[in-house]
Amino acid sequence: MVKKEMIAMILAGGQGSRLGVLTSKVAKPAVEFGGKYRIIDFPLSNCINSGIDTVGVLTQYQPLRLNSHIGIGIPWDLDRNVGGVSVLPPYEKKHDTEWYTGTANAIYQNLAYMEAFNPEYVLILGGDHIYKMDYQMMLEYHKANKADVTLACMPVPMEEAKRFGIIIADERGKVEDFEEKPANPRSNLASMGIYIFTWKALKEALLTLKDQPGCDFGKHVLPYCKDKGERLFAYEFNGYWKDVGTLGSFWEANMELIDIIPEFNLYEEFWKFYTKSDIIRPQYIASDAVVDRCIMGEGCEIYGKVYNSIIGAGVTIEADTVIRDSIIMRNTRIGKGCTIDRAIIAEEVAVGAGTVIGTGEEVPNTLKADVYGWGLVTIGEKSVIPEGVRIGKNTVIAGVTTAEDYPEQMLPSGGALLREDGDRL
Amino acid sequence: MKALGIILAGGNSNRMRELSNKRCIAAMPMVGSYRSIDFALSSMSNSHIQKVAVLTQYNARSLNEHLMSSKWWDFGRKQGGLFVFTPTVTASNSWWYRGTADALYQNLTWLKESHEPYVVIASGDGIYKLDFNKVLEYHVSKRSDITVVCTEVRDEDPSRFGVLKMNDDGRIEEFEEKPMVSDSNLISTGIYVIRRRQLIELLERCAQEERYDLVKDIFIRYKNVKRIYGYKINTYWSNIATVESYFKTNMDFLKPEIRDYFFNQYPEVYSKIDDLPPAKYNPGNIVKNSLISSGCIINGQVENSILFKDVYVGNNCVIKNSIILNNVYLGDNTHIENCIVESRDTIRANSYYCGEGKIKIVVEKNERYTI
Repeated sequence: MVKKEMIAMILAGGQGSRLGVLTSKVAKPAVEFGGKYRIIDFPLSNCINSGIDTVGVLTQYQPLRLNSHIGIGIPWDLDRNVGGVSVLPPYEKKHDTEWYTGTANAIYQNLAYMEAFNPEYVLILGGDHIYKMDYQMMLEYHKANKADVTLACMPVPMEEAKRFGIIIADERGKVEDFEEKPANPRSNLASMGIYIFTWKALKEALLTLKDQPGCDFGKHVLPYCKDKGERLFAYEFNGYWKDVGTLGSFWEANMELIDIIPEFNLYEEFWKFYTKSDIIRPQYIASDAVVDRCIMGEGCEIYGKVYNSIIGAGVTIEADTVIRDSIIMRNTRIGKGCTIDRAIIAEEVAVGAGTVIGTGEEVPNTLKADVYGWGLVTIGEKSVIPEGVRIGKNTVIAGVTTAEDYPEQMLPSGGALLREDGDRL
Repeated sequence: MKALGIILAGGNSNRMRELSNKRCIAAMPMVGSYRSIDFALSSMSNSHIQKVAVLTQYNARSLNEHLMSSKWWDFGRKQGGLFVFTPTVTASNSWWYRGTADALYQNLTWLKESHEPYVVIASGDGIYKLDFNKVLEYHVSKRSDITVVCTEVRDEDPSRFGVLKMNDDGRIEEFEEKPMVSDSNLISTGIYVIRRRQLIELLERCAQEERYDLVKDIFIRYKNVKRIYGYKINTYWSNIATVESYFKTNMDFLKPEIRDYFFNQYPEVYSKIDDLPPAKYNPGNIVKNSLISSGCIINGQVENSILFKDVYVGNNCVIKNSIILNNVYLGDNTHIENCIVESRDTIRANSYYCGEGKIKIVVEKNERYTI
């Protein structure tokens, strides 16, 4: 009989609506990060680096890119005869067919998958965080405590604590209580959304709560386990961990990679990150180009000047263009003589010559002020920007735009220009 | 495609100087992210050849490591796929491969047990893209026994190649291996198409006569008996088997039209994936007209050069007109000009290397310093 000590389940079905147009066509875990990676590469690489070779990836929202990225798991050495990576979308059942209605409901619908590996422990992960973590150490902690559930958590500044799910634990780590985004937090230990369950406890909880609408780990499963008197422990993690849930934090986490010795170091030999690399050619830096404080993926062709930016694989930046503090994702083409400041430009965008992006005063975005802020310009994938237009700050553009879309050749600060799938953004 | 692929990758050349101490030519790192054999393998894969054998002999550790998995070239198959054949001692034979024909002869069982009607033979040291289907079509239309893919050399001495003369129909009338002087600049690229049964027959006869070389003992000897045709290509082709041509071929990729041909136009060239992070350009770097591969960290100045994978360039370094092979750490204030720096090395801080008149090969043999 197949036996795996611990298997991992990655929740990768969420839209990540606060990333705006970046997730209008792909799920958040498939968004590009750090010049050549996609966000899901981090939990997947952590799994294989921690010796976990059986991983279920639960998908729901826009899974195409995620599916083709994961494939049969070759980049992570997760192409295995037994186990390996499996993409698990919701499926039709004889009775009660439904979408994944909550994090725990998604896991519940895949009980049969987990059962097939006869595990002792199940690791539940989100697909949308940037961090390095050895789950094996967390498992040892779980075993040493004879725990039923271990929750990974990290200390955050007390004034930030009200934005998180907070765990109150005693000095030995035993969880006494949780609070979801409390106004007056009693602790500064924030839950990272990473749990190890002893399989029996997980199965029992999921079966008991199977009729709970929108069944969620934080809201339903963990309180149920605690009230039942099971042993819940908090595992304190003190490394780098970043939630890239908003455009502001996404931009910042990318920019942190540029530091000379970044806190989150991609260059360490003993904890590599793996990704599907379909572009392998080297990058070319021309005679008149400047590339200062940047990280850059394979196959770029740089003729312009780039400062303090993250450039994805296969990007072309033509001559006389100046780019600062921006994220440009793969296969995007920036024409001649552009000036680009603080922009997030998604994959396969074409920017016409002489365009000025990120100019003028900061004005709140008229469409969604809470999504498109931080003075950033966000341009969705496969967009086209015509020649010679000026684009203000806190703006968003998606789809093929033409000169007629820009009155006086201008999209003023705070503006939104959505030419495709407008209802979904 | 109705053909087997065979890549002759056993060779060594003293004209590669110190570079051949570490690996055979087919395993030479190329253009930052590739190895020489990737070009032949990718062309075969892109021509839909399903079954490929690589024959190795000289210093094959690097090559074996590179070919450890066949998935990168899409050869991970149940039917066919990638075979690596090194000489082995058998009940009837205890020789190394005594020549190219002998190498094929020693693997005759594989040839006999295959059922593809044709064989494409290529070498591991050519840099090109070629659709072998076109060559096969030509081969069939000319009712040729052997087709030799050939090209004209312009700025290189043809005398290190097999030199040919064709008649108007394309039939090869003269074929000389490495002639002292030659009035033809048409050379063999070392790529041949031949019917499998024909090849088996020729190899068996050749072995009986104790002859071992494919070109001298078969093609040249049989040129008036068999119908040998030339298929001329005008696209980019280069052989890297000397230090000078290795250096020049790499530097050719600094030209936009060559990069466009190999990298942007269909089909692609594949290689083993190394899982390296993006290249990093720290404050103070100056990079001009250079190719940079993944995993590099650059603090100094790089001009008209190619940095292969995982190269660290220290502060105030100056690298000009040079090739730095994989996994090299260049200490601060190092000056490197007209050099090829051998892979997996640490060049101590404040070193000065400059190739005068000819390309200098830098080998320090220090432990690779890791960050």
